[in-house]
Amino acid sequence: MSAAVDEHDHHADDHHDHGPEKGLLRWVITTNHKDIGTMYLLFALAMFFIGGTMAMVIRAELFEPGLQFVDPAFFNSMTTMHALVMVFGAVMPAFVGLANWQIPLMIGATDMALPRMNNMSFWMLVAGVLLLASTLFMEGGAPNGGWTLYPPLVLQPITVGKALPFAIFSVHLLGISSIMGAINIIATIFNMRAPAMKMMDMPLFVWTWLITAFLLIAVMPVFAGAVTMLLTDKFFHTSFFNAAGGGDPVLYEHIFWFFGHPEVYIMILPTFGVASTIIPVFARKPLFGYASMVWATASIAFLSFIVWAHHMFTVGMPIAGELYFMYATMIIAVPTGVKVFNWTATMWKGAMTFETPMLFSIAFVVLFTLGGFTGLMMSIAPSDFQYHDTYFIVAHFHYTLVPASVFILMAAGYFWLPKWTGHMYNEKIGQLHFWLSVISVNILFFPQHFLGLAGMPRRIPDYAVQFADWNMISSVGGFIFGASQLLFLYIVIDTIRGGTGEKVSDEVWEDAAKHGLEWTLPSPTPYHTWTTPPTIVPTEHVLDSH
Amino acid sequence: MKDSVTNKNIKLARTLLLVAVGMFGFGYALVPIYDVLCEWKWIQRDRPDDIKKAPEIAYKVDVNREVTVEFMTILNESTPMDFHAETKSLKVHPGEYYTVNFYAKNKTNKEIKARAIASFSPALISQYFEKIECFCFTEQNFKANEVKIMPMRFVINPEMPEQYKTITLSYTFFDNTERSVKN
Repeated sequence: MSAAVDEHDHHADDHHDHGPEKGLLRWVITTNHKDIGTMYLLFALAMFFIGGTMAMVIRAELFEPGLQFVDPAFFNSMTTMHALVMVFGAVMPAFVGLANWQIPLMIGATDMALPRMNNMSFWMLVAGVLLLASTLFMEGGAPNGGWTLYPPLVLQPITVGKALPFAIFSVHLLGISSIMGAINIIATIFNMRAPAMKMMDMPLFVWTWLITAFLLIAVMPVFAGAVTMLLTDKFFHTSFFNAAGGGDPVLYEHIFWFFGHPEVYIMILPTFGVASTIIPVFARKPLFGYASMVWATASIAFLSFIVWAHHMFTVGMPIAGELYFMYATMIIAVPTGVKVFNWTATMWKGAMTFETPMLFSIAFVVLFTLGGFTGLMMSIAPSDFQYHDTYFIVAHFHYTLVPASVFILMAAGYFWLPKWTGHMYNEKIGQLHFWLSVISVNILFFPQHFLGLAGMPRRIPDYAVQFADWNMISSVGGFIFGASQLLFLYIVIDTIRGGTGEKVSDEVWEDAAKHGLEWTLPSPTPYHTWTTPPTIVPTEHVLDSH
Repeated sequence: MKDSVTNKNIKLARTLLLVAVGMFGFGYALVPIYDVLCEWKWIQRDRPDDIKKAPEIAYKVDVNREVTVEFMTILNESTPMDFHAETKSLKVHPGEYYTVNFYAKNKTNKEIKARAIASFSPALISQYFEKIECFCFTEQNFKANEVKIMPMRFVINPEMPEQYKTITLSYTFFDNTERSVKN
């Protein structure tokens, strides 16, 4: 089981290794999965701060009732752009970055299957995000009809200005970028695995990404189609969604959420994968229920395709539709419950230690479950009429995205940065970052449940005075959370530049090599790895599936 | 060995690319699929432009029931018209026929084509609201500055469940002059 630890001796003295290109051009033309992974991650981090700044504008405006800082149109641009930047610029690219770094290391592959396409997907992402950002400076401002781009609102001049076609082409570029990324990931996992690694030996991070990649290929093109229809409706007199010409705006909602619901799992499944990787290492136990984790992931992915209309219970669906989408949605709680149970069971009687990545992972399990519960509440169609389009929804999806996806991305940073850079991060500041984040994120989002239940609508720059207190508390939490993330930025830069100065071992974390192939490589990870595939793969993580 | 892996990768990538292109097509296929599903017995969702010209059947008038029908008239923002109903609301008995006049005026010096789209609240009663005559059945042509009086004749099917006491019927006029129209 631990024989793989010595495996790296082979390639440490590979003579044909050559380092990266010199100079800045290295980053433009690189086809190395580690370089591309690094670029994805740093780009996502930058977008996290840009999207975060937009969130700060939103919370500042909502600090008190009345209009203080921005006009309503710009406020609406901020909510729209915050969502688009965070989803397509921060969370998704960050996970693609992790996939780039980790999948080849974890499955014993030399690189991604299609390295040039890999480079292209990254630069297309940059182009797409720049195109999106350019709309901020256009006449009429950035799109402000909400990230869902619902017609007829989004087609009206007042909500788009000149920005709509740019936003749509940006979505096309981002879509092409993620589809290429997904194709690459699938090809890598299927064709580049070390011969010794069977499918059911793969670490869960690899499994969850494989399934996510299929989701991406299935739904990103549908989204591209939906926005193309918006484009032709606006400029070429088609009537997909224009009632006067025989179209139906509700059709857009169906197409959008056919993409949109799997999209939320695209952001959460890799999160599950990372959590399933980190928790066993710090619980010093194999992951509980490996096979059930794989099946739960696959079931969630399948179910994600057949529940979309729970986002639109209030649209005037027939009772049969309401009931079907209600029950189908509730079923998702079963595989998700299996996962939460397995993480808890993994920690049960484990010899746990609480380094920063583990703290973030535990917070993820607890807070994601809270977000899941509110999701279950909303799945009940009759109750959803009360919750629909209120801050309760905002609270729900932020619980499943911020203390879940974002926390786990940070956990991943703390967990793997020492491996990638060979430097240890500052544990004290890491823990400070964790505690500030976990407390402030709850001050930020928990009161939004109350606001929503009391009837405060989403996407409004001003509100009735009875909502003032909780909004102020939420804003204070938001400012603390936003400021705390600067600590993360500091830690990332500090770790890259040398960290604590402590030389990390190849395993970094105690007995980590039992859990994953990447820990059998030297630290910092050499520029080229697994030029000879490993012959023995660690099976600790799949122990109870064999 | 190395070459065969590269070939496998390219082959798989091609297949997956085809799947992606296929899914783009599927997005468009959802449009006709939606049309079909809206007709399903279990769904029966009225499309905005559904034209249901009902024959004038003699129903038994239910004089004991009274339903309030409210009329709303809306102009899509770019439609240069005046548009209103002769009355804001009407108390009706299910089974009895009524006629309400709608007035519309073209405020421009040019000929325009406009289309009125109906919408019901609650949406599910639309199947009991039977129109014998309506300006919403066809696209309307307005000459420059023309004023039209357009009668809308309807009956509420007495089978409509008791729970519905108030029905709101709204019409939105869309300026269709520059748009190609389906049909």
